[in-house]
Amino acid sequence: MKLQVTGSDLINRIKNKWWFFVLLIAAVLIIFVPLPQAQAAAVDRHLRIEASMYQFTPGVIKVNRGDKITLDLVSMDVVHGLSVDGYDFELIADPGQTQTAAFIAEKTGVFRFRCSVACGNLHPFMIGKLQVGPNLMFIRAMLLGLLAMAAAFWSLRKPFPNLKEVNH
Amino acid sequence: MNRIDLTRFPTTNLLLRSRWPQFLIRAITLAGFVFTILAGLFGSVVGSHNFAIIFVWIAWWSALKLFFIPFGGRSWCSICPIPMPGEWMQKRGVFSPTGKGFGLGKRWPKKLRGNWLQAGGFLLIGLFGAVTLTSAKVTAIILFFIIALAFILSLIFERRSFCNYLCPIGGFTGLYAQAGPVEVRVKDKQVCAEHSEKTCYTACPWGQYPLALKSSADCGLCMECLRVCPSDNIAVNLRPWGSDLGQNTKHNPGEVFLGLVMLASVLVDSVVFLGPWGQLKTAAYEVGSLPWLIFAGVFLVVSLGVLPGLYSAAMWGAVRLGSAKTTFRKTLSKYGQVLVPLGLMAWIAFTVSFAFVKFSYVLPVISDPFGWGWNLIGMSGTASIGQSTSWSGWIQILLLVIGLFWASRVTQQISESKRQALPIIAFSGVFTVSMLWLLIG
Repeated sequence: MKLQVTGSDLINRIKNKWWFFVLLIAAVLIIFVPLPQAQAAAVDRHLRIEASMYQFTPGVIKVNRGDKITLDLVSMDVVHGLSVDGYDFELIADPGQTQTAAFIAEKTGVFRFRCSVACGNLHPFMIGKLQVGPNLMFIRAMLLGLLAMAAAFWSLRKPFPNLKEVNH
Repeated sequence: MNRIDLTRFPTTNLLLRSRWPQFLIRAITLAGFVFTILAGLFGSVVGSHNFAIIFVWIAWWSALKLFFIPFGGRSWCSICPIPMPGEWMQKRGVFSPTGKGFGLGKRWPKKLRGNWLQAGGFLLIGLFGAVTLTSAKVTAIILFFIIALAFILSLIFERRSFCNYLCPIGGFTGLYAQAGPVEVRVKDKQVCAEHSEKTCYTACPWGQYPLALKSSADCGLCMECLRVCPSDNIAVNLRPWGSDLGQNTKHNPGEVFLGLVMLASVLVDSVVFLGPWGQLKTAAYEVGSLPWLIFAGVFLVVSLGVLPGLYSAAMWGAVRLGSAKTTFRKTLSKYGQVLVPLGLMAWIAFTVSFAFVKFSYVLPVISDPFGWGWNLIGMSGTASIGQSTSWSGWIQILLLVIGLFWASRVTQQISESKRQALPIIAFSGVFTVSMLWLLIG
């Protein structure tokens, strides 16, 4: 048994490839095309974060891009630190003490902040979340998910209707 | 069939056939296993300074999901040290059988077969995960308990009963090995049919008959069949990913349950270990306290109620939208394979999110495995806080999206129509969105 490809099959194959490239281009557009977003005016924010084993309170902070963030880190029990992923920012506070520092939230997205001083068994998982502006990465991921489902549907349609099985 | 038989090449054939390479690797893993137990028992109580925590939960657990399963299926099982002492007793020899072995050689009870106990074991890991992942002593005790249990069971039951029916990691690797690119199969079925002695089946510690292998879930890639086949009729194939998934493979409710437990576990682990909810972490850690009981209750409700409920609802939809007469149970089992790519890619994405940040701990604990202040390779004290980067986020997205695409494809391949596939694809979509939200939301 062998599969023989006719001229029209070849055209069908090219058509299939063409749609594959369409999906690929759609994926690239989803990842790279700038999405419209409301630009709120930058403001000064003074935030207080309490650190205790093994949590930051509040655990989630939302700010706008360009905001000047002044952080008070208050340690409620043992020595804790606060380091923000993607930002060169770290604070360390002794028990019962408050440490203050400021930074400009110039990068958009969601960034984890972590305890930077070993504070106990669950220290590696002492994590908080800083969201600067809208979470565009998540929106793009959702669109890619939709595209993936569409691609799965498309990839399994009958590709070569003229394909004939011939015996040799 | 798009297969490359590794036994066709002299070097790989020699490496696979000879017991020496495998034995040497297993000897190293056994030594590492014993060393890990010692480090856990006598080393520092600070997890990030103890070899047991970093090597088991960062290095090995990540390597299993990022390397062994995606590129070798059950390849870890072929070098796992846990069944070694028991096997030596069963064979009465380290290399090959030297007469009648020790042990009762009983068959594993029929009622306890399948993946149910493995799924239960994985649920236990999830319930006590916050303690086992962070306490070196608990990790060491669990490892010792596992190897002791495997040894005792090998004296009572035949072959690798512990691996086949109890080991949660065996369940994990077996389930996802169906998506892996390695398989052991026979070359010519007729040759096997005419061979009356079935030396391959007799030699297989997993109790598999290669001629009957349709899926790689239960084959531990030990290569014993290859070594004893008198007709050179065993192939070790490299194959396309996901070859065991499709219309021609059979699946059972136990496997579906295992797949759902894996999905629930990766969701709960993402919430507990990667989320910003500190009280939840404390609750998961304080075993026996009221908050822990609430956490355990919620975890069990999600694993045994919410997720299976959603899956069942999707199956009910698929049965209603299908035209062929089929039972709900059959549909439930058939679509279980959709959980394989979905879960595998979710676990890999979780690992990228979790372990990449912590890899800087690996070399320092090699330098000072007990946390006693040694500096064997000059790397002690070099661990950094670690941070996730945007490219790590994009890798996680890519992995989860590939998982959704793959699961949607498998769903359609085994469905009568696109309409019938919709409820299951919707289930996969909801799971993927949940994971995306937890990892990058």
